[in-house]
Amino acid sequence: MLKDITLGQYYPGTSPVHRMDPRTKLLSLILYIVTIFVVKGAIPYAVCVLAVMAAVWVSTIPAKMVLKSLKPIVIIVIFTGILNMLYTPGREIFRVWILKITAEGVTTALTMALRIVLLVSSTALLTYTTSPMALTDALESLLSPLKKIKLPVHEFAMMMSIALRFIPTLIEETDKIMSAQKARGADFETGSILNRAKALVPVLVPLFVSAFRRAEELATAMECRLYHGGEGRTRLHSLTYTRLDLIAGIIVAAVCGGAIALSIVL
Amino acid sequence: MAIIETRDLVFRYDDGGDNALDGLTVHIEEGSFTAVLGHNGSGKSTFAKHLNAILLPSGGKVWVGGLDTADEKNLFDVRKTAGMVFQNPDNQIVATVVEEDVAFACENLGLPPEEIRKRVDDCLAAVGMSEYARHAPHLLSGGQKQRVAIAGVLAMQPRCIVMDEPTAMLDPSGRAEVMGAVRRLNREMGVTVVLITHHMDEAAQADRILVMQRGKVALDGTPKEVLSQVERMGELSLSVPQTVELLHTLDPQGQTLSHEALSVEECADQIIHNYLGVRP
Repeated sequence: MLKDITLGQYYPGTSPVHRMDPRTKLLSLILYIVTIFVVKGAIPYAVCVLAVMAAVWVSTIPAKMVLKSLKPIVIIVIFTGILNMLYTPGREIFRVWILKITAEGVTTALTMALRIVLLVSSTALLTYTTSPMALTDALESLLSPLKKIKLPVHEFAMMMSIALRFIPTLIEETDKIMSAQKARGADFETGSILNRAKALVPVLVPLFVSAFRRAEELATAMECRLYHGGEGRTRLHSLTYTRLDLIAGIIVAAVCGGAIALSIVL
Repeated sequence: MAIIETRDLVFRYDDGGDNALDGLTVHIEEGSFTAVLGHNGSGKSTFAKHLNAILLPSGGKVWVGGLDTADEKNLFDVRKTAGMVFQNPDNQIVATVVEEDVAFACENLGLPPEEIRKRVDDCLAAVGMSEYARHAPHLLSGGQKQRVAIAGVLAMQPRCIVMDEPTAMLDPSGRAEVMGAVRRLNREMGVTVVLITHHMDEAAQADRILVMQRGKVALDGTPKEVLSQVERMGELSLSVPQTVELLHTLDPQGQTLSHEALSVEECADQIIHNYLGVRP
């Protein structure tokens, strides 16, 4: 059923990774991504790989799910790997026809592939353990200094959360309109792609009209409940850093710092 | 004391038609439960929108809790005094979790989190939705969504709640749930209720019924007084409860049967008493 789709890929749980403040998770992820693009050498990368594996283990997310998130990028990883291998100048190890493979090329290819895999799996871990709403709140909170230069941070976050709220409602409505059209003989399943795309037009028009009507009613209802922008607004669940965030922050900083230090020393 | 007062209220939409409200003068007492009836285009929804300053009068005055709604600086207090529940529950729920939606108005008021928590729990309990606090609103039934919407308005602690056909999109069991919640918050919490409806059985549960026609009050009285006037209601293109209809058919002049029977029991008592000679 269309109605049962999950938003994002949140995998509910109560592990320490789930319970961490979303801001800590977001900042940790940024630090980690910087690290994997800065470090050099086998040992620092081994540290990075172990770090992500440890985080997945603590989060109780099945490893299979993290691997599944890597599936769509397999082609990209192979493609970048091959290109790097062929086009990096350096000491030639062997040559087939005009294609020569260098030792430096092999190293760069492996590093690039590893970086992409680590990038995607660590990001997947964040979206598995954090609900879209929590991520929105974290972004609003982290970007709030930008309000000083008149960026509408609160408004963007509000728009995001309302969009998330209305996705299931609009999907349900699409379902209803499509059923109504089918009952009158519309055909969405057969014919060329062009014909099927054309058949969707009579679905999209009423959907848009009703979305605008909903938007207007929602705006009135929000005003009636005293909404007046982000100024002076409090939250039921305000984000708070706990001791867990302190510990996690120290661990992440130590691991990333350690990896960078190792790559400088070695 | 009147919590809502309008004097010679006139309102005309921009499309150049007749006045939607045409010299409406109404007093609504604090703590009362008033139903507003009227066929389509009688101005009842337009009237409701004036109580919350969604629309401002073209002529005349509206006071809510003693505040003039036309005065821009009263806007916030007017909306805090008179909460509004709309017809479509889907289009008034803002958050992806029930309790966060109920908290929305409190968050806008800038209350501290502990106070918000308390109000959210109290309001969800008042509408009988406590066990759904952590649910996603789009998975609830229509009646449940509408009760969440009521809780969301209740959390502002308004003195008055205006409901614009809150049951129009609900099935019979959803309507019963919502009406149960509305009666409870009127009787137990003393909230003034103004219910715009076109269901006679819902109007019959109120203390007072206002019937509107062409932007004016056509009838005003207790449910018994209003709903027993079969001919007058017919002129206003409104039906009366079936019990009244039956008594009216049996005795059109009302010589032996009183038409003021809103429940099946009262109706049966009337008939037994008059035709079988048994005292009720």
